[in-house]
Amino acid sequence: MVKWYLRSARGIRLPLLRSFLIVGLSVVVMILGDSQPVYALPLNKVAAIPAFARKYGLPCSACHTAWPELNNFGQVFRDNGYQLMNDRDSPIWQNPSYFPITFRITPNWHRESTDHQQVQTQNVSGTFTGTVTQAGFDLSGMDLWSGGTLYKNISFILLPSSDVTAVWHFESAFVRFDNLKGSPWFNVKFGKFELDNLISEKRFLFLSANGGLYQIYHFTPPGVAATGVGDFNDFGYGDNQIGIELMGHSKNSYTRYSVSVLSSNEGGVGLTNSSTPGGTPSNRTYDVNLAFSQAFNGKGFSAGGLGLQRVGAFAYIGQRPTYYQTDTNGNPLVGLGNKPFYRVGVAGDFSIGSLELLPLFMHGHDNAYLGSGIASNTGSLSGTTARAPTFNGGFLEAHYYFDPQNVVLFRFEKINMGQQADTGNPGDFGNVTAYSFGYRWYPIMFSRAGLAIDAEYSRTKSIGIVPESGDGTGNPPLFPTDGVWSSSIFLGFDFDF
Amino acid sequence: MTLHKFLVTFALGSMALLTVGATTVLAQSHVNSPNPALGTPSVESEQSHIGNVTGHAVDGKKLYRRFCIGCHGPDGNAQGENAQWIDPKPRDFTQATFKCRSTPTGTLPTDEDLFNAITRGFVTTNMPQWRPLSPQQRADLVAFIKTWSPVWAQQKPGTPISIPPETPSTAESVARGKVLYQTTLKCFECHGTTGVGDGPSAATLHDNTGNPIKPFDFVHSSRFKCGSTDEDLYRILMTGLDGTPMPSWSDYVDANQAWDLVHYLRTLMPNYRAPNATKENAKPKDQKGE
Repeated sequence: MVKWYLRSARGIRLPLLRSFLIVGLSVVVMILGDSQPVYALPLNKVAAIPAFARKYGLPCSACHTAWPELNNFGQVFRDNGYQLMNDRDSPIWQNPSYFPITFRITPNWHRESTDHQQVQTQNVSGTFTGTVTQAGFDLSGMDLWSGGTLYKNISFILLPSSDVTAVWHFESAFVRFDNLKGSPWFNVKFGKFELDNLISEKRFLFLSANGGLYQIYHFTPPGVAATGVGDFNDFGYGDNQIGIELMGHSKNSYTRYSVSVLSSNEGGVGLTNSSTPGGTPSNRTYDVNLAFSQAFNGKGFSAGGLGLQRVGAFAYIGQRPTYYQTDTNGNPLVGLGNKPFYRVGVAGDFSIGSLELLPLFMHGHDNAYLGSGIASNTGSLSGTTARAPTFNGGFLEAHYYFDPQNVVLFRFEKINMGQQADTGNPGDFGNVTAYSFGYRWYPIMFSRAGLAIDAEYSRTKSIGIVPESGDGTGNPPLFPTDGVWSSSIFLGFDFDF
Repeated sequence: MTLHKFLVTFALGSMALLTVGATTVLAQSHVNSPNPALGTPSVESEQSHIGNVTGHAVDGKKLYRRFCIGCHGPDGNAQGENAQWIDPKPRDFTQATFKCRSTPTGTLPTDEDLFNAITRGFVTTNMPQWRPLSPQQRADLVAFIKTWSPVWAQQKPGTPISIPPETPSTAESVARGKVLYQTTLKCFECHGTTGVGDGPSAATLHDNTGNPIKPFDFVHSSRFKCGSTDEDLYRILMTGLDGTPMPSWSDYVDANQAWDLVHYLRTLMPNYRAPNATKENAKPKDQKGE
C-alpha cells in the first residue's frame, strides 16, 4: 500500500513529498519516543513563566479549555480585569521581581498550495493557469505579551506583535477600570482591543495559513467582477479595534454585555487605517459594536464535561470613507464621503460531554457606494448597475477533548453572497467554502509554560476572488466563475513562556 | 490517487498516529486513583449531595485534573507542582481535615461545606472562587475530594451546629466582646491587640502539617476565609478552623458571648460592609441566575 502511494506520487512532486514525509514522521517519532510522564519533567528548572499563571499559580487548563481558548473560569478572570478577587490582585502583593510578561511563537513546517493562478516560468515564454505550491520550515510571528493589574481594579494589556519578519505593531494596548461603583456590571476599557466576540479568533486553536482565521470575520463583498474594482470597506470583525468599551457581567459571567465606540479605521494608529506606517489617513467618524451573551446550566442545560451552554448575539455598525480630501499633489489627507455598513449575527458555545460545538452565523451589508467602490461625490447611483452587497455566512467548529492535553479540531465554513454589488456579477461571485481539521497535543501544560504540538489541514474554495489566507498568498482567477482552491498543511510547535 | 488525496490521507494518518502516541504517553500523567487497599471510597460510586444536585466522583476526577492538580497534586496530598511556591499551602485531602465547616471541631464537614468552600475560595490565598464552574461541576469535585481519604468511608459528617439569632450589636455588646478578645480568651496573642495579626504568638504558629501560618488580619481583609457574614464569623468561632491553631471556642463561650465577640471583631474591620447573608452560602438552585 505504501509502495503504491510513493509510486503514484513519484512523478508529481517527490522532493516536496519527501520533505513532508520526513517532517511528519519525525514528529510522530519524537512523540512516540518521548515516554516521560508529564510530572517527571524538571519542574523546578523553569526560569520564567506565563504572566497570569505565574502570578496565581494555576495550571493553563484552569482558565483554558485548551490554551489559548478560554473556558468560563478564564472568562470570569478576564471579565474581572485579570483578577481572582482574592484580595491579592494588586501588584503591591507580588514579589518585587515579578514581571508580567509572556511570549509566544510557533516554529513550524507548512505547505501552501493555491490553484487557478496566473503564472509564468523563467526562461519560458507564455502565461499559464497553474497551481502554486510552496513548502518548508518556517516561523510564525511573535507575541510579546504583558498584562495584569496596575492596582486593584485597574488592569492593563500591552501586546506588541510582530510578523514573521519581525516588523512590530501594537496588537492590543489598553487600560481597564474594573468593577466601577463596586459592581461587575460596569467596567470601562480604553485603547486598542479585541471586539467582545463570543467566539474569539485571537484565542482559537488553529494556526495554519488557511485555517488560522475565521473567513467570515474577514470577509468583504468582492466588488465588481467586470472591472475588478473592490469594496472600499476594509473592516474585519476579527480585527482588533481602537476605542472605548463599556462592559458588564454577572459574578460568574453567565450574563455578559458590552457596548463599544470605536474609531472607524480598522484599529489603525496615527489616525490612519493601519497599525504599521504607510496607512491611508482615516476619516473622523466612529463605529459601534454591541454584544450580549447568556450562559445556562442546570437541568436540561448542563451536559457535564466542559460545562456551560452559551448563546449570544452581536451587531457592528460602522462607516468607511469613499473618497478623500487631498493636498495639492493628490495625497490623501482625510477620508470623506462616509457610507455605512453593518454586521449582525448570533453565536453559541455548547458542550456535550467532552465535545464542544461553536456555531456562528453572520449577516453583512455594505452600502452600494462602498460595495461598488464608487466615490459618493460622483453622483447618484440610481440607474446604474451598482447595488448594496449583502452576504450570509458562518461556521461550525467542533473540539473533542480526550483530556485537557489532547484535542481534535474540525471546522466547516460557508459564506454565500446574498446580493452582489453589481448586477453583472455572477451570482456566486465571492462565495467561500472552507474546512479545517487538526489535532493539538499539549505535552507541557504547567502554570509556568505551555507547549503544544499542532497538526492541521485546511482547505478553502473561493469563487472568483483571492483566497483569504493568513499568509496573504494567491491571486484572483482569470474568470469570476472559477473556484480557487487553496490548501494548507501545518505541523508546528506552539509554545508560550 | 492524486497528490492531493495522498496528502490528505497522509495528514489524517499522521494525526491518528499523533493521537495514539499522545494518549499512550499521557496515560501516565493522569490523576492517580486513591489506593483501594487504604479503604478509601470508590471513585466509581462516591457521590455528594448538595441541595438537589448529586455530584459524581468519576466526573469530578476529570475536573480535578483540569482545575486542581496544579496545587493539590495528582495524589491529592498537596504536592502539586505549584505547592512549593504557595503560602499558605494547599489542602492535603488525604488527611480529611478541613478548615471551613458547619460541623463541630474534629468532625468531617458536610458536602455543602465543601461545596461552599470551593465556591467562595479562600481570600488572601491562591485558592480562587470557583463560582464560574457550574453547580454540577462543583458537586462532582466535592464527591471526588472525598475519595482521597479512608476517613470518608469510616465516618459520617458531623451534625451542623445551630446558630441562634444574632443579638443586637450595641455598645455594651461590643464592650463585652472586647473583654473576651483582649482578656478572657486572649485572642490578641495571635491576632494582635488591633487585629492585624501581629500578636506575640503570631510568629510561632504552625498548621497541622508543620507549615508556618499567619493569624487572620481583620483590619486589611474584605472577608473571612470561611465566609463574609456575621453568621459565618460566629460559625468560625464556634467550630474552629481544624488543622490550624484556631480552636473552637464552643466549650468556653455561650451563644451570646460569641455574638458579642462577633460585634467587637467587626469594629476592627474599617472596610467592612455587611453583605446579604443569604447569598454567600446559597444552595446550587439559587445560583442559576447569578
